[in-house]
Amino acid sequence: MLRRHFLLASAVLLALPVHAQTAWDTVLAEARGQTVYWHAWGGDPKINDFIAWVGEQAQARHSIAVEHVKLASTADAVTQVLAARDAGTTTGGEVDLIWINGENFAAMKEAGLLFGPFASGLPNWGLVDVAGKPAVVTDFTLPTEGYESPWAMAQLVFEYDSARLPQPPRTLAALKDWIIANPGRFTYPQPPDYLGTTFLKQVAYGTLADSSVLQMPVDDASYAAIVAPMWAWLDQITPALWRAGKAYPQNEPALGQLLADAEVDIGFAFNPGRASAEVAAGHLPDTMRTFTLEGGTIGNASFVAIPFNAAHQAGAQVVANLLLDPEVQARAQDPNILGFQTVLNLSSLDASSRARFDALDLGVATLSPADLGSALLEPHASWMVRIGQDWIERYGVAQ
Amino acid sequence: MSGPLQLQDLRVTRDGQAIVALDLTVAPGEVLTIMGPSGAGKSTALAAILGTLAPAFHLSGRIVLAGREITALPPHLRRVGLLFQDDVLFPHLSVGGNLAFALPPTVRGRAERRARIDAALCAAGLSGFADRDPATLSGGQRARVALMRTLLAAPGALLLDEPFSRLDADLRAQIRGFVLERIRREGLPAILVTHDADDARGAAGRVVSPLGLPLMP
Amino acid sequence: MITAGLLRQAPRFTLALLTLPVLAGLAGTVIPAFSNDANGLRALVQWPGLPRAASLSLVTGVGSAALSLAITLLLVASLWGTRAFAAVQHLLAPLLSVPHAAAALGLAFLIAPSGWIARVLSPWATGWTQPPDLLLLNDPFGLALTLGLVAKEVPFLFLMALAALPQTDAARRMQVAQSLGAGRIASFAVAVLPSLYKQLRLPVYAVLAYSMTAVEMAMILGPTRPYTLSAQVVIWMADPLLTGRATAAAGAILQVALVLAALGLWHLAERLARSALIGLAQRGLRAQAADGPARLIAALLGGLITGGLFFGLAGLALWSFAGLWTFPDALPASLTLNTWTRAAPDLAQTAGLTLTIAALATTLALALVLACLEAEHRFALAPGAGALWVLYLPLLVPQVAFLPGLQVAALRAGLAGHWLAVAAAHLVFVLPYVFLSLAPAYRAWDARIAVAGAALAASPARVFWRLRLPMLLRPVLTASAVGLAVSVGQYLPTLLVGGGRVETLTTEAVALASGGNRRLIGAYALLQMLLPALGFAVALLLPAWAHRHRRGMAVAP
Repeated sequence: MLRRHFLLASAVLLALPVHAQTAWDTVLAEARGQTVYWHAWGGDPKINDFIAWVGEQAQARHSIAVEHVKLASTADAVTQVLAARDAGTTTGGEVDLIWINGENFAAMKEAGLLFGPFASGLPNWGLVDVAGKPAVVTDFTLPTEGYESPWAMAQLVFEYDSARLPQPPRTLAALKDWIIANPGRFTYPQPPDYLGTTFLKQVAYGTLADSSVLQMPVDDASYAAIVAPMWAWLDQITPALWRAGKAYPQNEPALGQLLADAEVDIGFAFNPGRASAEVAAGHLPDTMRTFTLEGGTIGNASFVAIPFNAAHQAGAQVVANLLLDPEVQARAQDPNILGFQTVLNLSSLDASSRARFDALDLGVATLSPADLGSALLEPHASWMVRIGQDWIERYGVAQ
Repeated sequence: MSGPLQLQDLRVTRDGQAIVALDLTVAPGEVLTIMGPSGAGKSTALAAILGTLAPAFHLSGRIVLAGREITALPPHLRRVGLLFQDDVLFPHLSVGGNLAFALPPTVRGRAERRARIDAALCAAGLSGFADRDPATLSGGQRARVALMRTLLAAPGALLLDEPFSRLDADLRAQIRGFVLERIRREGLPAILVTHDADDARGAAGRVVSPLGLPLMP
Repeated sequence: MITAGLLRQAPRFTLALLTLPVLAGLAGTVIPAFSNDANGLRALVQWPGLPRAASLSLVTGVGSAALSLAITLLLVASLWGTRAFAAVQHLLAPLLSVPHAAAALGLAFLIAPSGWIARVLSPWATGWTQPPDLLLLNDPFGLALTLGLVAKEVPFLFLMALAALPQTDAARRMQVAQSLGAGRIASFAVAVLPSLYKQLRLPVYAVLAYSMTAVEMAMILGPTRPYTLSAQVVIWMADPLLTGRATAAAGAILQVALVLAALGLWHLAERLARSALIGLAQRGLRAQAADGPARLIAALLGGLITGGLFFGLAGLALWSFAGLWTFPDALPASLTLNTWTRAAPDLAQTAGLTLTIAALATTLALALVLACLEAEHRFALAPGAGALWVLYLPLLVPQVAFLPGLQVAALRAGLAGHWLAVAAAHLVFVLPYVFLSLAPAYRAWDARIAVAGAALAASPARVFWRLRLPMLLRPVLTASAVGLAVSVGQYLPTLLVGGGRVETLTTEAVALASGGNRRLIGAYALLQMLLPALGFAVALLLPAWAHRHRRGMAVAP
């Protein structure tokens, strides 16, 4: 029986070198019966439900229990790993898996707090669309080098109620004009919030003559000149912002709530399927639509990483691999579940897996992949830090 | 099983000043009265015999009850019963519950305990009151329940802390007679503390001041 | 069986239990702030928002404490002894158990430009078809935060004043003063206030310290450019750049210094107020004309506070059943159980754990408090003023200043992340409230009952179990309900000592608040309030049922 199972597994994973496959078997065996503590932001019940479903799959397929540790902020998990290291806990740590990207990843990688490289050793790695979606191996221009494994793609899309706003502005310049013409009806989450800073970077993309500088670390000498048009753009819209820029929503869901309460007319999110999902749940009117800017909007990937001291590293790897499974990816893309974009290369999937994606109804407010436009790469992480800090000095302290 | 209550050179001082000085014996069935205006040390004398003196007081001498020295014993082991100015019935227990609390654990068996309680109520003229709420009783009834409760605990001596002062004048003589009659019948040495000359005369025993001076009621 | 020796040590043990975690946690905070070349302090000083954040903490804290005290005193002075007073008392008491986060979220929905009040009045009265662009929440001056704090602290101070009033002989003093021709307010100020305030002083200090350092309320209602200092400290603690922790530690120390400074200022104001009062008394203050307006204002403010909290919470409850609910609809377009059915398994599990932790912390606290009070009674111990200060220590020292240090200590000891560790941390906060709630009734118990029991040959233990405890059933259960409510409402201790793994209704509700999902927040907040409310219901109904045939145990009118 065991032998047959072994042969079957070999047949499926024929493409992989033999030593990798046996190594994975060792991981699977070790992972059996483990409980993986997955630290992930817990502010959205749909994501929580999805993580619970992944846990059921892990239990059924690999006898691994998944405990979702719900965080108010991903940084809480980073803080916890750091506190554990400071307390001398180098093994048996409490955090097994973190939903992570961007500066949290950069900080952990730099501090040597991560286990790996492990991502390219995962059996499902071959299905990932590395060529078509470079963001799956480049996290804010920082090469992931296998220290985190992607599980979802996201892209900035703007949301609006077509009943209130028939013709949304489709360029950054048009957006500025619209904001000034409609005072109090637009805002963005307060940096250093992730989505808020992303909006600033989108503005930087749109106001820069040559955006390629954003792919390199901030250079002190040229920084001020590069970002000057961005600040000028912001200076112009700030008096016309919601609450005249005296207060800002704190994050993406808070901005979404403002849109739902009709306090603003245009919102935005990092999930192209969010609006449709909210319409489906009855939380937003079905006249809700989305749009992107001409020239593209910023896109990036969500990852999972494993701390260096995680008690259940084997189980964590199995869960990371499970997240790349076509069935799991298709479920994440389903607007009734999450509406997240897949990280897989659909053309590399077999027919039955492909059919799962084709069968999805993306929902009334979701743009087709073609209408979504190109995904701009995230700028180097140092831009986010620097722009975030400068924003606080310029707008973050009441005058 | 009763014997005399002996106060042997019992002195209570506070800051060096004598408040109580008693050297006497109370015979079984005798009621000694300690009389004086309020604040004169009557209550201190009772507390000394009960064992509830506050730490600020200093006590010397011996207290002997039925040949057993009780000077250093904690209050609940002295077998000295007490009747308060008010009846101090336990408000959360029924009349029967109040009496059952006093009944020593050596009285065993539900039926036996119930019988003892019924007998006590009968002796107080309160048959059938076992399940009553004490708050629904009249002043005289409460005073009688309080006395029966004290007696059920089988004390070796009885202290009476102005137990009649709150009663109406006509009820007062009646309850006083009832209490004194029970004390004589049980053969208990008793000390009555009062500032009321009427009560002192009613007790018909010796009358002393807290400092041991004989008084004429 | 507890030996007398062990019982005698109970007060000392309890005081140590309150002091050691606070001091150890403070030490754990101070060290990172000054270590590594004092990088944390430097980063703190360089933060551009520092002057404003610090002054915000000071102004909102002192302002809301002063307002809360003024409103409480006005309520007591103008309504005490009237029928309205009993009504206010019954309305405010349950609000004490409402956790700060839930209260803040409820108020936020009520007063926001797109909130319930605006929806009810729009568009027929206001003409608004879309929410007006008014800065009502998160205003830069912290007005919304101040109001939120006042709404939450007045019930606390009011109930503390209620407990203290009997010890001030207020009724007779008021009568005497009024018979001399002074108005009601003047009588209260001259005859009752001085001795009442003496008893209220520590609760007021606790309110001042709490208001200056509140985290949940500041994040929901407070200014954001910058945040108040305490909220910013928590944000630094979560800084992904990892350097934030040292900055957070330095900020926490500044926070402690600010609280100390505010307490000093307050003390100065106390002395000024006292000499002013003496002056007024000597000049023969009558001020009868002030009584009418004062009563009106008191009734208005009392009504506003209870109404604000009540309708805010009702709004949250309604959201948990709402389908589509767009502006300016006064009510949801449809009602649905979706939120509840979707969250039911999570809610049940979280509520279960919340209750388990609260029950354990409350039971331990109750046992310790009873042991202390019984030791005080049996051994005639007289607790000094110092003991009372220690009791208030966990309420006076800012949580952000000692909990991070405690978290590291718990990690070192391998205790972090277990619900038992969280219950132990809750104990530090539950114990003072249980003590403050139970001690007055315990000390006021007729000691002659104990003498009567001893004279009936009952041992001290028998007196305790058969007489004292049953007679004090109501205050004991009320203190337990208070303890339960305090534990259920704990946010930072749960988050930090639990390492994010121990999820209670409060940590879930605050985590959800960051996600802005009002429907789910409503569900969690509703349960968060229901648990303590259940506790208070039991504390009210059980003694009434147990003593239904005992008129002597009825609550004094």
